Amino acid sequence: MLLSAVTFIPLAGVLAILFVGAKNENLIRIITLVTGLADLAASLLLWTGFNDATAEMQFVERIPWISGWGAEYYMGIDGISLLMVILTTVTCVICYLATWTAIERNVKEFNIAMLVLQTAMIGVFCALDFLLFYVFWEMMLIPMYLLIGVWGGKRRIYATVKFFIYTMAGSVLMLLAILVLYFEYHSRTGVYTFDILKYYGLGLDPVLAYGLFLCFFIAFAIKVPVFPFHTWLPDAHVEAPTAGSVILAGVLLKMGTYGFLRFSLPLFPEAAQAAAWWISWLALIGIVYGALVAMVQEDIKKLVAYSSVSHLGFVVLGTFAFNLRGIEGGVMQMINHGISTGALFLIVGILYERRHTREIGEYGGITRIMPKFAVVFMIVTLSSIGLPLTNGFVGEFMILLGVFEANKIYAAVAATGVIFGAVYMLWMFQRVMFGEVTNEKNKNLPDLTTREFVYMTPLIVLIFVLGVYPNPVIKKMEASVKHLVTVVEKKGACCPPSAHAAENAPAPGVPATDGHEHHAMESVPHTDGHADHTATEEKRD
Amino acid sequence: MGGMLWLIVLLPLMGAAVNGFFGKNLPKPAVYAVALGSTGLSFALAVLAFMELVAMPADARVVNNVIYDWITAGDLNVAVNFLLDPLSGLWMLVVTGVGFLIHVYSVGYMSHDRTFWKFFSYLNLFMFSMLMLVLGGNFLLMFIGWEGVGLCSYLLIGYDYHRTAAAVAGKKAFVMNRIGDFGFILAIMLIFVVFGTLDYHGVFSQAHEKLVAGGTVVTAITLLLFLGATGKSAQIPLYTWLPDAMEGPTPVSALIHAATMVTAGVYMLCRTSILFNMAPFTMTVVAVIGCATAVFAATIGLFQKDIKRVLAYSTVSQLGYMFMACGVGAYVAAAFHVMTHAFFKACLFLGSGSVIHSMGGEQNMEKMGALKKHMPQTYWTFLISTLAIAGIFPFAGFFSKDEILAETFGSGHTALWVIATVAAGVTAFYMFRAVFLTFHGKSRVDHEVEHHLHESPYVMTLPLIILAFLATVGGFLGIPIIEGANVLHNFLGPVFAQGAEHAAEHGGGHSLELELGLMGLSLGVAITGIALAYYFFLKNPAAAERMQKSYQGIHTLVFNKYYIDELYDWLFTRPIVRASREILHKIVDVQIIDGLVNGVASFFMGLSSVARRLQSGLIRDYALTMAVAFVLLAGFYLWGGR
Repeated sequence: MLLSAVTFIPLAGVLAILFVGAKNENLIRIITLVTGLADLAASLLLWTGFNDATAEMQFVERIPWISGWGAEYYMGIDGISLLMVILTTVTCVICYLATWTAIERNVKEFNIAMLVLQTAMIGVFCALDFLLFYVFWEMMLIPMYLLIGVWGGKRRIYATVKFFIYTMAGSVLMLLAILVLYFEYHSRTGVYTFDILKYYGLGLDPVLAYGLFLCFFIAFAIKVPVFPFHTWLPDAHVEAPTAGSVILAGVLLKMGTYGFLRFSLPLFPEAAQAAAWWISWLALIGIVYGALVAMVQEDIKKLVAYSSVSHLGFVVLGTFAFNLRGIEGGVMQMINHGISTGALFLIVGILYERRHTREIGEYGGITRIMPKFAVVFMIVTLSSIGLPLTNGFVGEFMILLGVFEANKIYAAVAATGVIFGAVYMLWMFQRVMFGEVTNEKNKNLPDLTTREFVYMTPLIVLIFVLGVYPNPVIKKMEASVKHLVTVVEKKGACCPPSAHAAENAPAPGVPATDGHEHHAMESVPHTDGHADHTATEEKRD
Repeated sequence: MGGMLWLIVLLPLMGAAVNGFFGKNLPKPAVYAVALGSTGLSFALAVLAFMELVAMPADARVVNNVIYDWITAGDLNVAVNFLLDPLSGLWMLVVTGVGFLIHVYSVGYMSHDRTFWKFFSYLNLFMFSMLMLVLGGNFLLMFIGWEGVGLCSYLLIGYDYHRTAAAVAGKKAFVMNRIGDFGFILAIMLIFVVFGTLDYHGVFSQAHEKLVAGGTVVTAITLLLFLGATGKSAQIPLYTWLPDAMEGPTPVSALIHAATMVTAGVYMLCRTSILFNMAPFTMTVVAVIGCATAVFAATIGLFQKDIKRVLAYSTVSQLGYMFMACGVGAYVAAAFHVMTHAFFKACLFLGSGSVIHSMGGEQNMEKMGALKKHMPQTYWTFLISTLAIAGIFPFAGFFSKDEILAETFGSGHTALWVIATVAAGVTAFYMFRAVFLTFHGKSRVDHEVEHHLHESPYVMTLPLIILAFLATVGGFLGIPIIEGANVLHNFLGPVFAQGAEHAAEHGGGHSLELELGLMGLSLGVAITGIALAYYFFLKNPAAAERMQKSYQGIHTLVFNKYYIDELYDWLFTRPIVRASREILHKIVDVQIIDGLVNGVASFFMGLSSVARRLQSGLIRDYALTMAVAFVLLAGFYLWGGR
């Protein structure tokens, strides 16, 4: 129940808001914030209740949903999804605080969109049924389109359309791949199921597997975004309101890298290994290219957006190193990027609310005018460039180490990104914050307000806590990542397909553990493997 | 004592935190008390810890103190542990001792500063990072300290952030250091892959069993480490940030850019001497780069007008000596020179700060002269330190520099020895040029500055006097020739013993006559340098001007630092920025990729304008569509569905 509660508490908030008049904006904001806090509290219960000794899915809930199709309401989390869920709940609370005054029109609709988005995002991380996953995935996109398209900047329509085209292209490919898997599974076992875990180790035909891997890869690569699928990101970020940018950078981009971990690697280990070399190169290009292009941006928000391309290149690179440190570092970096880049977008928002511009050239010497803000900005900048004892270092180092173990050249190229990262961040910081105050309009900017201080503080604390003592977080995902690594190694390197077939072979003695079966499409005439049903209900909870 | 090590490291951090968070609202004395109290206490504890270390038997002087596990991922386990042995002990004393004195000095120097609390907070943070670097018991902790001192350097160089030059210099320092760090981090990874651990003990005890001496792996590791060292310790090719770092307040130049941080590279080489000794190729590279830097920077120092820039280039040059020493396996000599250099160079910088303070911010030596009578304490301490750096007996620099030269000669690198000896003469020349231009001769001071001239307050001169005293007697720790009198050798020896077969060969191997001869020679070279400086800048200044005129081309070249900054700008900075802006952003991103996406979009828009005709709103059309679809579907089920 807990997992469903975490997922759907935001929708309860939506329900409450529906009963409030649109004029009563503060009440709406308070409801949203309280909902966010309640959800955060609930997600922390997940953290405390989580058993980090096992890679099994936990807090599992299964209810038949569309039994004719074998679709279930099937939710559960492992260590990786746990961390992503908490990242989401934390980010959302901070966003609700950050948009208190930034959004002035259609406040009711805005808050509803945000809350729906939160449910969808959590759902994506928890769904273990492909159809359910896909529903959450699409559900997440709609509020995001609206956030950019309704509350966005001047070129919001262009940005929304671009975002739409990119993500729809990805979604369609993914849906296609899911359906192929669905029918492929049926043709082998005679069972219709959307159970994601059952698709693991299917031992697909290599060509088919590579094709399906590509479909998933493009869908996720667009989300991440991996070079060259990244050009929607700067536009979306620049046009999105601050909260939209924070959610986009903090959580939405992680859908892509999470997708690699949950689907691409375990579903198609051979294909993933065969494709690793060019994906690694795309990631490396992203790291260097993102950093170089970030360097020459005149718009702070665009600069941060391109820096995301660079940072997430690290995550992808670590993921496709297929070893413990690479993947753990990748997950750490997903969290760190959420914190640091989320914080950077908040900082840009703070500046924008005061001056209504994001041009670097419009600023200069802000340190003297906003000293508290300067400290916060500096800490976040240092975290973004991965200074030791901040969170950024731990993830980057683990990734580099993992990649180094897999391929020294990749690690050396990636490490140059560390240099460029310092260049573009410090250069931007210098131009915005240092020097004399040359622009009259900047002379009377107010320093951080209490509310701004309140929502920046947890991020600053997290930056240091994760930098100084990351082990509790690493421990939560250790078993899950280890399991993932063995799955990829075992399936990819040596074992012939027959090994997988054996796993799916009839084992009559094993009863169904969850008390219901997939009487999937029994009317379909050529269901000959009927006896397999119960056998394929392996123990998983 | 086990409990004290972490306190030595942590006290400055606590000071930094208190002043950083609350300093703005604290009264001035309280800020001073926090800053000086934390570093002073740290120094006192360091002395105690050091005394206990000395009391231990000579071959068992190692304290390893594990605090907690920092990162655990699979078989990677990095702890936070502190390691005290003679090597880190020496550095710890220098860092806390000189650091404390410079804190004291800063009380006077920064007394008019608006945000002095911030300054002290940064300075304390620097102490924390530097102690982390020195006392950390594994490579990753060293790296934390390494990056931490880089950060503090960045913050403190750009302390007057409203001056663009300061902000730019800070960024330059950070970025150039990052280029070095690129090598360091790759070295760390290579070490982990080879050894499966990053702990010093684990790595060094397995070095001979896991690595082939002279092999590619150990050469790669050491070259990468050395790349890191060239960044932090301002060696060719990454030295250009250090002169620019003089934009920072002078106590910062003294503490970070002379006495402590820039010696981190030397510490790294000493710490990993076992690995370096296994890589003869790297050793040669280190020795050559060190020697080249020593002479190259010394020549730039010849014509600089800014007193702090002269000192900066002399720092680069002296660091070159230390690396040359490491390169010939004379680690003790390198450490020795680090120590004496910390004394005399900190004193020189603080002295220049005292002058600048008195001159109302003027740094150009052409606007100085005859300051001796106005500020006698500053003058005498400055003179003593200059004698030390010039290598005049019996000041500290004489012993340490002589040991380096003797070891270089003994190792058979005769060419390096010749160059380094000449560079020593050049050093004596330009350092005395600075003394004569600043303190002697006729006053060239501006009129309104003239009557503000004053000796600095005691809080500033007292550290000068202590440092000058140390610069006088510090050399006695390493007296050569007399058997057993070289205290430092006996103390540090065991640290380098493991890989020292080759170092020991030339250690004390040469004859008394030779050693005395070498000493006499280097003394002679130094005195010649001083005499020339006396002639050109005091006795007959017209001759200096004539020389400058007749060699105008060379003068311009050297005065402009051989245009190395411009070369780097032209070779790296501009092409990268231009290519990023004009090609990557404007062409690849905007035209190619976005062009493709927009093309796809307009294709579908075109398609949908066709599709729109299907929705004609006429029932007849829909009926037709349905009929066609039905036929197709039926056909699919009948024939294709099998």
